Amino acid sequence: MINLLLFPVLIPFLFAAILLFFPKKVKAQRITVMIGLLLALASAIVLLIKVKTDGVQTVTLGSWAPPFGITMVSDMISVLLVLSSLLIAIFVVWYSYTSIGEDREKAFYYPAIMFMLTGVNGAFTTGDIFNMFVFFEVLLMSSYVLIVLGGEKVQLRESIKYILVNIVSSSLFVITVGYLYSVVGTLNMADISIKLEEIGQSGIVTVIAVLFLIVFGIKGAIFPLFFWLPGSYSAPPVPVLALFGALLTKVGVYAIMRTYSLFFTTDVGFTHELLMVISIITIVAGCIGALAYFDVKQIIIYNIVIAVGVILFGASIMNDSGMLGSIFYLIHDILIKGALFLLIGIVIKITGTSDLRKMGGLMRRYPVLGWSYLVAAFGLAGIPPLSGFVGKLLVIQGGFEEGHIWQSVFILASSLIVLLSAIRIFIYAFWGAEKVVHTISPKTYRHLLAPAVTLVALTVLYGVGSEYLVPFMSDAATVLLDPSVYTDAVFRGVK
Amino acid sequence: MEILMSILIGFLFMAAIYLILSRSLLRIIIGTGLLSHGTHLLLLTMGGLSGKAAPVLAEGITDYVDPLPQALILTAIVISFGVTAFSLVLAYRTYKELGTDNMDLMKGTEDND
Repeated sequence: MINLLLFPVLIPFLFAAILLFFPKKVKAQRITVMIGLLLALASAIVLLIKVKTDGVQTVTLGSWAPPFGITMVSDMISVLLVLSSLLIAIFVVWYSYTSIGEDREKAFYYPAIMFMLTGVNGAFTTGDIFNMFVFFEVLLMSSYVLIVLGGEKVQLRESIKYILVNIVSSSLFVITVGYLYSVVGTLNMADISIKLEEIGQSGIVTVIAVLFLIVFGIKGAIFPLFFWLPGSYSAPPVPVLALFGALLTKVGVYAIMRTYSLFFTTDVGFTHELLMVISIITIVAGCIGALAYFDVKQIIIYNIVIAVGVILFGASIMNDSGMLGSIFYLIHDILIKGALFLLIGIVIKITGTSDLRKMGGLMRRYPVLGWSYLVAAFGLAGIPPLSGFVGKLLVIQGGFEEGHIWQSVFILASSLIVLLSAIRIFIYAFWGAEKVVHTISPKTYRHLLAPAVTLVALTVLYGVGSEYLVPFMSDAATVLLDPSVYTDAVFRGVK
Repeated sequence: MEILMSILIGFLFMAAIYLILSRSLLRIIIGTGLLSHGTHLLLLTMGGLSGKAAPVLAEGITDYVDPLPQALILTAIVISFGVTAFSLVLAYRTYKELGTDNMDLMKGTEDND
C-alpha cells in the first residue's frame, strides 16, 4: 500500500484548483503552474525508480479489496508515459509564456492544462475500465476548453465538430463497458483479464474487442476514424496543438495497447490481424495526407496519423521486439511531435502564414531554427542515431520475425515518405529566396527558441542514449506481453 | 423485460442518430442528450433486471439488484450533464460569432471560411 503512484495525478489536480483562484495575475499563474509541473515530474521520477526496483505498484482506493475497489496500477509503461507527458507539458508551458498571449493566460489557460494532465496521467495509471472512462472525460472536458479558448471563428467552428465526435465516442465507450460488464461481471482490469481467460474464445468477446478498437480508435486517430483530427487540431494556437498532438492521440493508442494485450488475447487470429491491417492502412492514409498539403500544420498533423499506425503495428505483432519497438516509438513520438510543433510554431510566427508556398529563405536569418528543425525532421524519419531509429528498427525486426514481410516493407517505405514530407517543409521554408514579411523581435525569437531547441536536444539524447533506456523499455514490454505480471501485482494482497 | 428495454434503447439511439445527422446545431445537441439517455438505460439493462429489493444490506434481504450499474449510471449522468451544458453554451457562442447554426455553413472549406 503506497500512495506514491497517485501523486502525478493529484499534484496537477491540486495545482489546477489553486490556479483557479487568481486568473488575472499572470506572473503568479506562470510561476505556480511551473512549480506544480516540476513537483509532479519529481514525483514521477521517484515513481519510475520505485517501479524499476520493486516492480508493478498498485493502490486500491479506500482499501477495498481489489476486484471491488477502484485500483490504480503503475507499471513501467504507464509510468514512462506519465513521465513523458509531464515533460512535454513543461516545455509547452515554457513556450506558452511568450507565445500564447496574455488574454488566454487570463482565461484559465494554465488550469485547463493542469486538469488535462490530471486526466491524461489518470488514464495512464488507472486499473479500472470505468475509471478510465472517467479520466478520459476529465481530459476531454479540459481539451474542449483548450481548443475553444480565445474564441476565434475557426476555433468555434472546429471545436463544435471535435466535441460532437468525442461525445459520440464517449457514449460508445460506456456502451462497450456495459457489454463487457454483462459478460464478465467486473470492471477491474486485472479481474477482467482473468475472467476472460476463463471464458476463452467466444463470439461476444471478439465483438467487444472490436468495439473497444472503434472507441479508442476514434481517440487515437486510426483509419478510418481519424477524419476529425486534421480539422480540429489545426484550429487552436500552436502550444495547444503541440500538447494535443503529442499527448491526446497517445492516450487512445495506450488504451488500445493495454486492452489488446491484457484482455483480448484469446482470439488473436482475428483481433490482432484486424489491428495490423488497420494500422497499415492508417500509415498509408497518413502518408497520402502528409504529402498532399502545403500547410505546415497539416503536414505534421498527418505525421501523427502515420506514427499511430507504426506504434499499433508493433503492438499487434505481440512478440518481444515488436512490443519493445512499439514502446520505444510511442515515447519517441510524444517527444518529437512536441518538438516539431513548437518549431513550426516559430516558423509560423516569423512568416505570419502556415502556407509553405508563401515562405522561404529563413535559413539566412534564423540558422539555429533551421538546423534544429532539420535534426528533428531526421529524428522523425528515424535516421540513426536519432530517436525514431531504434523504435522503428525493433518494430520492423518484430514484423520480420513473425513473417509479416509485406507489412514491414510498407513501414520501411513509409519512413521515406515521412522524411520527404518533413524535408519539404525544410526546403520550402528555409531554402530559396527570402520572402519574410513579418519580423519578430530577437527577444521573442530567443524565448520561443529556447524550449524548442531544448526539447530537440532531449530527443537526440533519447536516440543516442537508447542503450541505457533498454532495461526500462523491456520491463514495460514484459508487463504488456505477460498479463499475469499485471494481475498478480493487483491481487498480491488478496490471494 | 430485457427485450422491452432493448427496444426502447434502440428507439432512443435511432432518434438520437436522426437528430445528430440534422443540420441545426440545437437538434444535434438534443440528439447527443438522447444518445446518452439510451446509453444509461443500456448500462442498467446490462447489469440484469432481476432482483427485488434495493441494494441495501438489511435483515432478511437476499434478492437485491446489482448496485454497480446504478453507480456507473450516476457517474455517467453527471458527466453527460456537464458536457451537454458546455456544448449548449458553445453553440450559443458559435451562433453569436458566426451568425448561423447551420452545420452546412460551417464546413471550413475555402469558399466557406
